[in-house]
Amino acid sequence: MVNGVVQTGSAHYGWRDWLSQRITAVIMLLYTLLILGVALWNGGIDRAVWQALFASSAFKLASFLFMLALLWHAWVGVRNIAMDYIKPTAIRVAFQTAVICVLIAYAGWTIQILWGSA
Amino acid sequence: MAALDRPVVKPRPVYLNLLAIRQPLAAVVSILHRISGALLFAVGIPALLWAVQRSLASPETFARWQATMAHPLAKLVVLGLAWAYLHHLLAGVRHLMLDLHVGVDLPSARRSAAVVFVLSLLLTLIVAVRLW
Repeated sequence: MVNGVVQTGSAHYGWRDWLSQRITAVIMLLYTLLILGVALWNGGIDRAVWQALFASSAFKLASFLFMLALLWHAWVGVRNIAMDYIKPTAIRVAFQTAVICVLIAYAGWTIQILWGSA
Repeated sequence: MAALDRPVVKPRPVYLNLLAIRQPLAAVVSILHRISGALLFAVGIPALLWAVQRSLASPETFARWQATMAHPLAKLVVLGLAWAYLHHLLAGVRHLMLDLHVGVDLPSARRSAAVVFVLSLLLTLIVAVRLW
């Protein structure tokens, strides 16, 4: 936002984005520490540990939460970058729309990986 | 004295040539935070999902995934993403500390910027040693 002008393609909620960017960051930090703790506890992660980890419902949910935090965090970050550097409104909105589509597809891919049969 | 009669009007807004200015370390850490974030979005997320999927799908895909990861080029990509993740994470923690009004005075802020810069490189070095 420059001189009180809200850009087309911004979500208009600076405060909400500021807060959600930090909350999602803390969620990802905790998940990173969890993975690090599992690796240290087992002296590294081999295929058996890896498979057992992803067989656990609790870990699946934690991983899903991590991915949702990551995708939301990525959206706020990429949107900020787009608002700074892509000046033509049509191109910016098209880019942001494409990013949203890709991020939603990633969420679907995550569900497939965690709960799919393949 | 005619010069004093006229109000001095500076042309605004002022555009700075960022490439001509020697940036303080905090500014370098800041732009690297943005660059690493963009890298993690464009390459990191799809690579992460692909790797987890391949490694979990079946023993065969796991073996093939391991073989792919053994390639020097794949290791280089992993190393680049590891740096991006570490730098982004540490710079993010620095941001959270500043939000909590920890280390906001100039010497502390400069020191923490240096810590983020150096520590992320050192941890990336550890990742490199483990990769090769």
